[in-house]
Amino acid sequence: MIHVELFRLFRRPRTWMILVLLCALPITVAVFIAVTDLVPSPGQGPAFLSAVLSDGSLYPAAGLAIVLPVFLPVSVAVLSGDGVAGESGTGMLRYLLVRPVARTRLLVAKLIGTMSFVLAAVVLVAITSYITGVLAFGSGGVKPVSATSSGAVSSAVTGISIGTASTSLSGTPLPAGQLILRVAYGIGYISVSMLGVAAIALFLSTFTDSALGAALGALAILVTSEVLATLDAAGAVRPYLPTNYWLAWIDLFRQPILWYNVQRGLAIQVVYALVFLGAAWANFSTKDVTG
Amino acid sequence: MITTRQVTKRFGAVLAVDRVDLDVREGDRYGLLGPNGSGKTTLLRMLLGLVFATSGEIEVDGCPVPRKVAQVLPRIGALIEGPAAYGYLSGRANLALLDAAGPGSVRRTRKARIGEALERVGLAGVDRRPVRAYSLGMRQRLGLAAALLRQPSLLILDEPTNGLDPRGIREIRDLLIELNAAGTTILLSSHLLSEVEQLCTRIGVLDRGRMVIQDELAALRAPTDRIVLHTPDADRAAALLDGTLLTRDGDRLVIRGEDSAQLNARLVGAGLRVAELARERRSLEDLVVDATRPGSDRVDQFRPSAEPQVESELSSEHPSRPSPTPESASALAIPLVETPGSASPSDPAESPVEPAP
Repeated sequence: MIHVELFRLFRRPRTWMILVLLCALPITVAVFIAVTDLVPSPGQGPAFLSAVLSDGSLYPAAGLAIVLPVFLPVSVAVLSGDGVAGESGTGMLRYLLVRPVARTRLLVAKLIGTMSFVLAAVVLVAITSYITGVLAFGSGGVKPVSATSSGAVSSAVTGISIGTASTSLSGTPLPAGQLILRVAYGIGYISVSMLGVAAIALFLSTFTDSALGAALGALAILVTSEVLATLDAAGAVRPYLPTNYWLAWIDLFRQPILWYNVQRGLAIQVVYALVFLGAAWANFSTKDVTG
Repeated sequence: MITTRQVTKRFGAVLAVDRVDLDVREGDRYGLLGPNGSGKTTLLRMLLGLVFATSGEIEVDGCPVPRKVAQVLPRIGALIEGPAAYGYLSGRANLALLDAAGPGSVRRTRKARIGEALERVGLAGVDRRPVRAYSLGMRQRLGLAAALLRQPSLLILDEPTNGLDPRGIREIRDLLIELNAAGTTILLSSHLLSEVEQLCTRIGVLDRGRMVIQDELAALRAPTDRIVLHTPDADRAAALLDGTLLTRDGDRLVIRGEDSAQLNARLVGAGLRVAELARERRSLEDLVVDATRPGSDRVDQFRPSAEPQVESELSSEHPSRPSPTPESASALAIPLVETPGSASPSDPAESPVEPAP
């Protein structure tokens, strides 16, 4: 079932449409910046963006920061919400189950499918952003810039680029090898960050025949989480919000890497995934399939 | 092959299936009949482990369902409430995907099996078009092909001829009879009486979740103790047969009696012309209409008081039963009136009654 799910996912025109749109967003941003030479001042706008004018090879990080807060979770919610509800809506669910595909295996296949999509999306965004960045801004500029991130890691310090090496957010140079490694870490972290959304959407997907309903439900939870994250009155629950540590991957570009938030972020995603997958399993494995 | 004991399914306040004892034997062509909303589809879904029974036991091919349904499902081909496919893939790709999704599929033979199944259902020449461009009939055939892909020993088909034209219905009927002759047990549901009448050897009738009839079709359709006579000399015949004459409608007479040959000799001996003469047979339509109440798709303002004496009326044999309406009786009771060519198999009142194979 798992290989069938992957085959189907990547044969589907819709999947490629979403991937193209995801990749197009950083490219669009890059075009505007390259034409106007205007970047957000440090501390405003997406992370890394203020640094890319001097060093295009940092653009993959900027590209990921652009798609992460909204576009990527929305597409994950749409795809994962489609998981069971979509099969139910087209009637294929009953044929898969009598084929027979065990219900648990179906859920796992759907989650693996979504996570494969996330990985593909993040890698593609990173690659296209790198190419875009180098073409638009050149690599390893010498202009001193400062960079800070936004949101959770507002304590980011000013960075100054030196010579041909890219600059970490902490200001020390990052050799090319290190940069690649850290982008790879970032890709891994961002992929795992979507685990919670995917599990929530899949859970809702087992309750309805409407893929749209499940996706909207998951998005409602995300929006709530983002709103609460900015609310001081909700400070008590903030560490447990699914979106709270999403930007922690920026810490991977510090020298040395700050692991604390990254680890917390990974742990909370795993907890969300286990809880909601468990709930999805409990509901789906006892559910009458009438669609 | 399939046995259920007192199986019941309740959806909230609605009792969809009520203490049904289904008994499908190996080699049967079993037809499950009943009005819309009588619980046919829910019952079939329970057999396949899609819907969980509220109470009762189900056993399919020796395996308790739903506990060990995964063991028996690979031997079952199923079409449930219409076919389904991924619209953006071709028919072949859909079959390959479904085949690869589950256990027990041999990859090496997949292509050949798909080709064979498509040929059986009349889609051998299907091209690479995506399924979303298929007609309803083509989708139905594709669904059947999916059910046949692994040579199942049991076929469970919900409304298998939905969306097919009369020729297509006949093709599928012939296919099912052929598969059955080769050893496949077939359980199908339908609300098309003619389809079941021409295909099935055993029938069960559901009404509001209750099984109200379950028997061999031949036994149900045994001749009654009445004879139907068509004669141009109806007046004289009525006079001659006074006493045994039950009803008269123009030149069609219904006479009490069991020996049509003797009646024929008597009429001819009296110089009367006999156009048609045959023992009356209860049509399946009469049986089903008598045994069931209106389907759930009919919403009357005042429902006639429910729970009529349906079962008692059926279990006692027929003589006291009200006579069938003239229209349905005239068409279905006398197989002799069949005129080849004019009959359309989709119309129950017109369909030629084929001898049970």
